[in-house]
Amino acid sequence: MKCIIIDDEATARLIISKYCSDMKGLNVLEEFSNAIDAMKYLNQHTVDLIFLDIHMPGFNGIDFIQTIKNPPNVILTTSDPNFAIEAFEYECIVDYLIKPINEERFIKAINKASNKVSVAQKKADTSKKESTEDVLYVNIDRRLIKIDMPSIYLVEAKGDYIMIKTESKNYIVHSTLKKIEEKLPDHTFLKVHRSYVINISKIIDIEDNCVLIKKDIIPVSRSNRPILMKRLNLL
Amino acid sequence: MEKPNKSYIDSLCRGDKAFEDRLLTVIRTEFPSEKKVYYDALEIKDYKEIAEAVHKLKHKISILGLEKGYELAAEYENNILDKDFTLSQSFEEILDSMTEYLKTI
Repeated sequence: MKCIIIDDEATARLIISKYCSDMKGLNVLEEFSNAIDAMKYLNQHTVDLIFLDIHMPGFNGIDFIQTIKNPPNVILTTSDPNFAIEAFEYECIVDYLIKPINEERFIKAINKASNKVSVAQKKADTSKKESTEDVLYVNIDRRLIKIDMPSIYLVEAKGDYIMIKTESKNYIVHSTLKKIEEKLPDHTFLKVHRSYVINISKIIDIEDNCVLIKKDIIPVSRSNRPILMKRLNLL
Repeated sequence: MEKPNKSYIDSLCRGDKAFEDRLLTVIRTEFPSEKKVYYDALEIKDYKEIAEAVHKLKHKISILGLEKGYELAAEYENNILDKDFTLSQSFEEILDSMTEYLKTI
């Protein structure tokens, strides 16, 4: 974890820095004796964790948190136990340490911060993965056009081409139903007929051997009907 | 009267003499200037500044193992804003004992 220390007291900065150097995975990038300099630094650098003294002249720790955009994780350091309640009003505050800081309590706070950082990292990885997975690029007139897969409600085979129908636009692409079927997520899309792949979540109703999607009535082949029925959340 | 001690410093340094020297140097530099801020503020009766100075000195008091001294300083800090200075003499005695102790280590 990349961290910075903000404390107007040199002794406090030295003690925190010592604890950090004794712990694996903690890298103190900078130390600041005032919050203003730290704010300037944060405009150009990203950190995972800030050790922040509450009681500083002029611009205190709470002012600092309220001022910076998207504050990273913060461990408050204070000589005043009464600040503990106020501390947890801010989501970015992971823990608070009462001075003089002892090692056991320091490790506990770092573990909390480290868990929060890894959960946030996992979330970011998942959403990055999802955003890549949700997109399909199709070649139309030598241009690769991006289509949001959840917006597709129907794909229809038209000879050597397929028509992709989305909420906002239709696309005619030189491809086959089989090829696009492989690219679309199984849990949302289903081939209901040799000429049609539908987005199950967009079905309005089903009558006999047809489904209504948007304004399109799509035939469901006899062999595909049981699979479709299985995929529906039937009452 | 409670005496300053090195128990917190020893547990922090764990035999790292170089770090201990560095820490004591910083404390020896910082403590007199924090004391000066306190006495200067006291002279001009700047109550907010006095309370802030006491607040900052509390950390040094606790680093030098003065648990009762810390409690007294915390109470004194709270009283200052009500213009109650009954604990000032006891507080200043703590500062004096710390000054003397820092000369010996």
